Amino acid sequence: MSSPEPLEERAPEGPKTPPAKDSMTPRIGVFVCHCGSNIAGTVDVSKVREAAEKVPGVVVAKENKYTCSDLGQEEIIKAVKENDVNRVVVAACSPRMHEPTFRSCIQEAGLNPYMLQMVNVREQCSWVHSKEKDRATEKAVDLVRMGIAKAEKLVPLEAREVPVEQSSLVIGGGVAGIQAALDLAQMGFKVFVVESEPSIGGRMAQLDKTFPTGDCAICILAPKMVELARHPNITLLSYSEVEDVSGFIGNYSVKVRRKARYVVEDKCVGCGVCADACPVKVDNKFDMGFGKRKAIYVPFPQAVPLKYTIDKDNCIHFKTGKCKACLKACANEAIDHEMEDEMVELKVGTIICATGFDIYVPMKRGVYKYWEYQNVITGLELERLLNASGPTGGHLIRPSDGESPKRVAFIQCVGSRNKKIGNDYCSRVCCMYSMKNAQIIKEHEPDTEIAVYYNDIRAFGKGFEELYHRVREEYGIEFIRGRPAKLSEDSETNSITIRAEETLLNKITEREFDLIVLSTGLQPSEGSKRIGKILSLSLSPDGFFQEAHPKLRPVDTAVDGIYLAGCAQGPKDIPDSVAQAKAAAASAASIMAGKKVKIEPLTASINEELCIGCGLCVEMCPYGAPEIVETDNGTKAKVVEALCHGCGTCVAACPQKAITANQFTDEQIASEIVSALGGMEGTNGKARKPAKKAEEA
Amino acid sequence: MEEGTNPEMEHPAFEPKIVAFCCNWCSYAGADLAGTTRLQYPANVRIIRVMCSGRVDPAFVLKAFSLGADGVIVAGCHPSDCHYINGNEKTAMRGIFLSEFLEDAGLEPQRFRVEWIAGSEGQKFADVVKKMVAELQTLGPIAEESA
Repeated sequence: MSSPEPLEERAPEGPKTPPAKDSMTPRIGVFVCHCGSNIAGTVDVSKVREAAEKVPGVVVAKENKYTCSDLGQEEIIKAVKENDVNRVVVAACSPRMHEPTFRSCIQEAGLNPYMLQMVNVREQCSWVHSKEKDRATEKAVDLVRMGIAKAEKLVPLEAREVPVEQSSLVIGGGVAGIQAALDLAQMGFKVFVVESEPSIGGRMAQLDKTFPTGDCAICILAPKMVELARHPNITLLSYSEVEDVSGFIGNYSVKVRRKARYVVEDKCVGCGVCADACPVKVDNKFDMGFGKRKAIYVPFPQAVPLKYTIDKDNCIHFKTGKCKACLKACANEAIDHEMEDEMVELKVGTIICATGFDIYVPMKRGVYKYWEYQNVITGLELERLLNASGPTGGHLIRPSDGESPKRVAFIQCVGSRNKKIGNDYCSRVCCMYSMKNAQIIKEHEPDTEIAVYYNDIRAFGKGFEELYHRVREEYGIEFIRGRPAKLSEDSETNSITIRAEETLLNKITEREFDLIVLSTGLQPSEGSKRIGKILSLSLSPDGFFQEAHPKLRPVDTAVDGIYLAGCAQGPKDIPDSVAQAKAAAASAASIMAGKKVKIEPLTASINEELCIGCGLCVEMCPYGAPEIVETDNGTKAKVVEALCHGCGTCVAACPQKAITANQFTDEQIASEIVSALGGMEGTNGKARKPAKKAEEA
Repeated sequence: MEEGTNPEMEHPAFEPKIVAFCCNWCSYAGADLAGTTRLQYPANVRIIRVMCSGRVDPAFVLKAFSLGADGVIVAGCHPSDCHYINGNEKTAMRGIFLSEFLEDAGLEPQRFRVEWIAGSEGQKFADVVKKMVAELQTLGPIAEESA
């Protein structure tokens, strides 16, 4: 390459794309997309094309119905070849959507893929100005001029190719994490599963049965949990937290804290003699506080790994140093009160984030009186009370007196579809789990009277509508359309009267029940917020992790090499979580199977001649990419390319203007500013001249 | 120049031009979301994409004003949500410096804003633009002496 631009001197790795015509005098091709009527319905595309044609340097300008289609891409390739085009401007959708598409397209036409400038005339123009067609067109013309101005200054870049670690990190050991790990391990990749709780299994392990088929949750989950623990390609790090992730696709370094269990995993056989000896009883979180466990415990009988853990906060030894009951009881000498947290470092190529959800906790002063009335419980609490291995052995009782309730009401949409608390979304599982639980109660106690207070019934999945019919017709569950307005408790019997407007009957009714179940929704888990920051993942408006594209890249994230599975991405039921986990595993595998991956060359580089070695860039960089080195020409800064993420913060700070940010150079951005303002009409559109100053004087 | 005394104000069709520097990960994505959800805002803003708001050299802002921008927005991820760990912290610091500098130069504070707009905040992006356009319409063009 013979361009004067210093950027081209940077030696790229891997196969080079033909640089051919890139660096000659700009010959720009502009392609304006109609996107059907998405753009053309608002923006006068022909006007935009005509304006583009008049800009010096533009040798060809065309309109396409759909530029991204085969036909549109072929037209670009043809126009590039026929007109000797060396820079391409595509005015269409957001670069976040189709930039990769057009990069490969112009590469096919023989150009360097980075000689492309996308202009966003859909998301940031036609769709947001649909009522102001003239002004939208005017703006589109400006945006295209800005794109052309930047395109003029583009320089060819080479993507770096780096090897990909043949291993994956799965964060979260719920059903989604388990499935993703098993699939990847089955494909031959090494997998590390990090789970913060002492056992994998997640929320599914807490459930009694699954809708709509009535399979026992733990019966179908436990074999998968065991398979995961036994798989030779999987390393399970339970009771551990991801503390830090650095690096990039194919090359992530992960720091994991293995929290001290105070029980040596290799020595513990899970016999439970220690727990029998432990004198401390505390509420079992796994049983939603209904059952008790000891201070040394496994959360549930089918736990994987079946290794005991000491709950330090409740252990007498840690409080007073006086108890050694478990230590004495354990024949295998597995107890170690001196154990400390341990840091483990992992190298992985891809990461699957399956951090799950938390159950919505009803408000302290809410109308449903969850915190005041003992006989108001949540759906997940009911699951534990119905579960054969739960605190009551599967016998449904009401908390106030341990009697079995004769009248049960479910209240739907608690913590979902509620703008007041900020959870606008539907949690997707509450309608169905309530029906399923109602059915189970009826199977246990056929005489129970059950009513479901609902807003809308959403029975959209396979077999869901059938279950809805079954519980109504065969089990006689009553469905009452209306949101309860008031709950009041009889102080003697602890029964609760629901006052509600039955909207189908258009009247207000009052009915007494023995037990109220709040069908609480799903919300982003506390732990996932921390993980999101570590992984630099964005959140969607509902607070769950945002996928790269809602339709076409539903398991990818904006960060290359990191994928989503299960409820971390949004509320979903078990089959959807499993399907997404399999998709995430396939996406991760497709990267790892390639053995090498291309890294965007959007890094910074330093012009040694201008650099004075002041070290400001070193201070600015969050990644430690620039370093100060002694050269023959004195003290200089140098960017370690592998560490550079291309944010450009150092570029903005450099007092010598010695740093260049690839694809976002000072020159390129300045040219955008100039043409953004050059296209203006009226007084404010003209560059202000300092001449006025003379007048004042 | 005092607020509201600008003769240009009588001109009903004063359409301020705003240059917005948006970071790729949050604010640009937020602006895209405003589009996908079809939120409407005035067509006065020209967005320049940068990878991080920390890339925005104060010189870019000054250049925009000197070339005739009536307002400039620098938009990045919310504090502690930066895709590049803490690039937006540098933006915040530069923003304070720039605001003071621009005020000293005679520009009204409403003409320059640093905004934190997440990828999920399409509504916020639209609101910020709407508000700024309305404020600048009240202010009118920049007085010649401060340019």
